[in-house]
Amino acid sequence: MSSGDVWILGINMTKFGKHTDKDTVDLAAQAAMAALADGGVTMADMGVLAAGCLMGGGGIAQMIQKQIGQTGIPAYNVSNACATGATALRVAYMSIKSGECDFGLAVGVEKLSGVGLLSGGSRKDDGKTWNRAGRYGAVASTDGRIGTDTMPGVFAQVGMEYAHKYGGADFKLFAQISEKNHAHSTLNPLAAYQKRFTLDEIMNDMMIAYPNTRAMCSANCDGGAAAVLVSDEKLKTLSLEQQRRAVKISASVLTSDPYEEACQVLPDVNTLTRRAAAQAYAKAGIGPEDLDLVELHDCFATAELVHYDNLGLCKPGEAADFFKSGATWRDGSTPVNVSGGLESKGHPIAATGIANIWEVCHHLRGEAGDRQIQGAKVGLAHVIGLGSACGIHILEKSGL
Amino acid sequence: MSEQIPFVEYLHLAPTPHLVAHQCTSCGARFFDRRNACASCFGTSFADADIATEGFVRSFTIVSFAAPGIPVPFVSAIVECDGTSVRGNLTNVSPDPEHVSLGMRVRLTTYVIGSDEAGTEAVNFAFEPIS
Repeated sequence: MSSGDVWILGINMTKFGKHTDKDTVDLAAQAAMAALADGGVTMADMGVLAAGCLMGGGGIAQMIQKQIGQTGIPAYNVSNACATGATALRVAYMSIKSGECDFGLAVGVEKLSGVGLLSGGSRKDDGKTWNRAGRYGAVASTDGRIGTDTMPGVFAQVGMEYAHKYGGADFKLFAQISEKNHAHSTLNPLAAYQKRFTLDEIMNDMMIAYPNTRAMCSANCDGGAAAVLVSDEKLKTLSLEQQRRAVKISASVLTSDPYEEACQVLPDVNTLTRRAAAQAYAKAGIGPEDLDLVELHDCFATAELVHYDNLGLCKPGEAADFFKSGATWRDGSTPVNVSGGLESKGHPIAATGIANIWEVCHHLRGEAGDRQIQGAKVGLAHVIGLGSACGIHILEKSGL
Repeated sequence: MSEQIPFVEYLHLAPTPHLVAHQCTSCGARFFDRRNACASCFGTSFADADIATEGFVRSFTIVSFAAPGIPVPFVSAIVECDGTSVRGNLTNVSPDPEHVSLGMRVRLTTYVIGSDEAGTEAVNFAFEPIS
């Protein structure tokens, strides 16, 4: 009798960083073929493909098929901001859950090296006379003239809003979060940057948007990640080794913004994360205290703090004290971003939502080498796509 | 005097400068852009609502890297004006963490951002500290 569960059978991420000799299709194909090999299956087994490449135009799923195997299966091109990878994985999950197929492949890829500052709705100043355009009838770009659309600035405000609401968080504390993640990255050979920084170096680095200095911002880089999912029923027919290494998806949740008063002027990354977390814990039948590790969306150091609270890792309003206790360092009670996080591992947007699941799986399988969290049985992976979308996956080690 | 126009449609310059939102007549939710239905209650009837011109800084950042043509550093803030959140720059304050603080009281002010070839001036809003 099948439990109806869906499992991760194979998963892979490429080295994150600068890949001058590879395009997005090359990186996606590399990750996809490695994930298939990791799972001991081929494209012939796959019943569905979901793939995303946010900045790379459309049709990435079909381009991957042409690169590694065209079998005529349904192919979904997924675009959901920084939650694109997690959304692609969830599409494969839902296809299997619905009974349409037994195996699915999800891929996320991005090339972002050297892209520079990312922002939202900028437009060029145009024409010789004022000309109204856009949703606010503005005569020129509002970015920088009515607040900021730049990502470091938006997420700085997210963190500062928390600081205002609860106190206890300041420039130094945000920098200390970055110090932790950079320290963690030294154990991750696939991270774009593996350099440990002192707190002084982080605080005195180039200021981008106070309180986020350059070291406190996610690293734009190239990378791909892919996962092969399998139904519980099919997994039982595979080898003992495949079953032993399979990781159970105990919860797969995607939420969007419910209406909140201020969400039209500052993206609310909190409410949808809190809701996703509540749903995920209920589905998995566990609580935050059961988590052995968490990979959360530290697109900026200011963002990591609010998600301690949003994911229920600490009591409401106590994220600053929770961090100061050392809980989120790799030797703490709830290790967070032992991969180095987006600040040092890097953030090739559409790959991120699968890469953080890869990190958790790596520990649950006991294959994380020097950075292995000993005895890890349950982990959580979280991403936020601004706009917004929140993806949370709770993953559990096989009982075999 | 040259003609002046507001930088965005939700800024009204007369009789004194203030912001105007579209307020849902059912639940009171306020939007600075146009909506087909209220994002909160799905009502389809809206009326103009004047926004308070004073408030406090609920969050801010000091932006050092911005789009070309934007002078940096500048302060971007979320200002709570009598229950309505407004996004805007802070002005008439030194853009550094010693002079900008969470919770500081501010009020709406306006400034000319430039003139087009016809001589029409575009007027934008910002918030300045209430001393």
